[in-house]
Formats: sequence, structure tokens, C-alpha cells
Amino acid sequence: MTSEHGASTGHDVLTASGYIKHHLQNLTYGKFPDGSWGIAHGVEDVNQMGFWSINLDTMFFSIALGLLFIFIFWFAARQATAGVPGKLQNFVEWIFDFIDSMVSDGFSGRNNLVGPIALTLFIWILLQNLMDLIPVDWVPKLAQIIGIPYLKIVPSTDPNATFGLSLSVFALVLFYSIKVKGIGGFASELSMQPFSPKNVILKILFIPINFLLEFVNLVAKPVSHSLRLFGNLYAGEMIFILIALMYSAHFSLGIFGGFLQLGWAIFHILIVLLQAFIFMVLTIVYLDMAHQELH
Amino acid sequence: MNINLTLIGQSISFVFFVWFCLKFIWPPIVNALEQRRKKIADGLAAGEKGHHELELAQKKAVELIREGKEKAAEIISHAQKRHDEIVEEAKENAHTEGNRILASARSEIDQERLQVKEELRQQVALLAIAGAEQILMREVDKKAHKEALEKISAGL
Repeated sequence: MTSEHGASTGHDVLTASGYIKHHLQNLTYGKFPDGSWGIAHGVEDVNQMGFWSINLDTMFFSIALGLLFIFIFWFAARQATAGVPGKLQNFVEWIFDFIDSMVSDGFSGRNNLVGPIALTLFIWILLQNLMDLIPVDWVPKLAQIIGIPYLKIVPSTDPNATFGLSLSVFALVLFYSIKVKGIGGFASELSMQPFSPKNVILKILFIPINFLLEFVNLVAKPVSHSLRLFGNLYAGEMIFILIALMYSAHFSLGIFGGFLQLGWAIFHILIVLLQAFIFMVLTIVYLDMAHQELH
Repeated sequence: MNINLTLIGQSISFVFFVWFCLKFIWPPIVNALEQRRKKIADGLAAGEKGHHELELAQKKAVELIREGKEKAAEIISHAQKRHDEIVEEAKENAHTEGNRILASARSEIDQERLQVKEELRQQVALLAIAGAEQILMREVDKKAHKEALEKISAGL
């Protein structure tokens, strides 16, 4: 199983750690230190490339899944009638109602953007997470046959993808905080809470402390938001890889591994759904907090 | 964990997907659902209205039947009354007609009796005269006894 990997990686062949490393390596395209452009082979190459490189596999699969989402939903929405709905429309409306009820429960302001954001995030992340259920070797092996050395097919196990989403949401949170509360309102929210003594001097004294607390609180939001999704999916992927290692060990261990993979996959469906749901709900909550006036 | 340009690529694609969703997916579905909600509400209202109308129609039907029955009863009672009247009238007519016929018969009978009486009187007078002639033999002068004979016949 790992012999093909050796042909392209050139190091850690035939070992378990090589197999795992290979599976955790993105298809990163960037500029080598010597000035040439190309695909990174191994962690060292990626580190040397730094920020100005791009994970082609993450981009490809996330955009493909995003297009799949908008195509299915657009197709259903285009034919949406008020009469008897078809099967696809029924399915789409079911999801729509679910998202809409989440938004109307969690979001108290008036903003037409929140619904589409929640829908896009939920379905897109769900589709990304579902890629995790495809056996870990199938797609990378196919890719190797056509000459692609590395491939991670689950975009949400790439922190770039999850941070990309959470920082976009964070930008919206900052935008709406300032838009709704004004710069002064937002600043006072950051510095007048949680300690707000009546005495004016004490109040001024407490401003730095409050600001420190609230600033950490504010910055922690996008970080925890994205790391929660990334961590869960990365760990799930890791367990699938470890289980897949068993197939190369021994016949009886392989059969045991098959059952383990099935069990973990079934359990993972829950995680996959739950993480997409949590990401969506937290987005709604953060945006709701951004829309709330000072109490 | 290498943060690189993928982060920005993801953000851009996220913004694009949200924009597409906002423009082309969200509004038609909202519209369709809103229209269906309205349709269902209209349908329910129409059903309610139909139900109400049915109730009204039933009430009206009951009213009409009651009225019809009343009218029929009235007509029947009228007819009964009229029948009684006609029978009464016929009886009355028959009675008067009978009386009239009886009276005319009586007067006819009286007349006939008078006539017969007159005839009998004359015949009796003639018979008396003939008898007297027989008894008296030719002695009786008709002219001389005429007065007496008339007296007798008037006395009969």
C-alpha cells in the first residue's frame, strides 16, 4: 500500500509514520527557496514556502463542493413553485425551513444576509465534512495514478479552510458591530464591561482591564470557532488513517479494522452533522451579538 | 498547520457562495414558501366560508320546508272550509228547491182539485137536474126553474 507513496515522496517509505504523514500532506503549490515554483514535497517544503502558497486540493474540493451546493439549491430554487413541490424541492425546503427556524430563533435583529450565510455555511461545511466518510485511500490513490502526489480530500481538515470561514464571519461581526452600535458604542462595549463601577475614577481605571478581557474574548471567538471544526474533523480523519493502517498489518487485524472503520464512520456521521450545525449556530449567535445594542 | 493563501481563497469563495445564495437561492424559496402559505391560508378560508355557507343553506332549507308545510296545511284547511261551505250551500239549495217543488206541486194539486170539484159540481148539478127531471117527469120548466137550479148547484 505504501510502496506507491515512495515513488512520489521519496522519504519515509514503507513505514507507518510515512503513510500518516503522506495522508496529512496537502497538495501545496508555491515558490521554493531556490526561486522555482512547484508542488511541495513534505512539511519542510511547505514551511519554506510560507504564506505565499496555496493548497490546491483544499481549494479544489471546497470550491467543487460549494458549486455542488449552489447548483443543487439553485436548480431547486429556480423551479420552486407554490404548488405541490417535487422531491428535490421538498428536500431543499426542508433544509430551508430548518435553517430559517434556527435563524429566527437565534437572531433577533433584522438582516437578510444572515439566512443565506447560515444556509451556505451549514451545507457547505456539511458537504466538506462528509468527504471524511469516503475511505481515506480511495481518492488519493486514484490521484496518484493520474500523477498527483498528495491529496487531502476533506477541506475542513485544513485550518486554512476553517479559518477562512471563521475570519470571514469575524469580519462581518466587526462590520455589523460598528454599523449597528457605532464606533463609540463598539469601543464602549469593549471597555466598559464587565466591570462598570459607579465611581468615575474607578471607571476610568477599569477601562484597560475591561478592554483586555473583552479583547481576548473577541479574538477568541473566530479562533475557537474555526479550531473547533478543524480539530474535530482532523481528529476524525486521523482515526480513519490509523484504522486504515491496520489493513496493511495482518489479515485478521485488517478485518477487525474494517469493523472499526464502519463503527467510526457511523459515529462520525454524528460529528460531521454536529460540527456543521455548531459552526452555523455560532455564526448566527455571533452575528446576533453584533446586532445587539448595549444593555 | 500552515496558514497560507488558501485562507484568502477560502474567504473569497465563501463570499461568492453567500452572495450567490443571497441572490439566486434564498429569494425564490422564500417566495415559493410565502406563496404556498398564502395559498393554504386562502384554501382554509375558502373551506371555512364554504362550511359556513353550507350551514346557512341548511338553515334556509329547513326554513323553506317549514314554510311549505305551513302553506300546505293552510291550503288544506282552506280547502276543507270551502268544501264544508259548498256542501252546506248545496244542502241549502236542495232544501229550498225541494220546498219550491213541493209548493208548486201543492198548488197544482189544489188547482186540479178545484177544477175537479167544479167539474163534479156541474156534473152533480146536471145529474140532479136529470134526476129531478126523471122524478118530476116533464113537469119541470127549465126556464121557470132555472133560478132554483142554479141556487142548488151553487149550494153544492
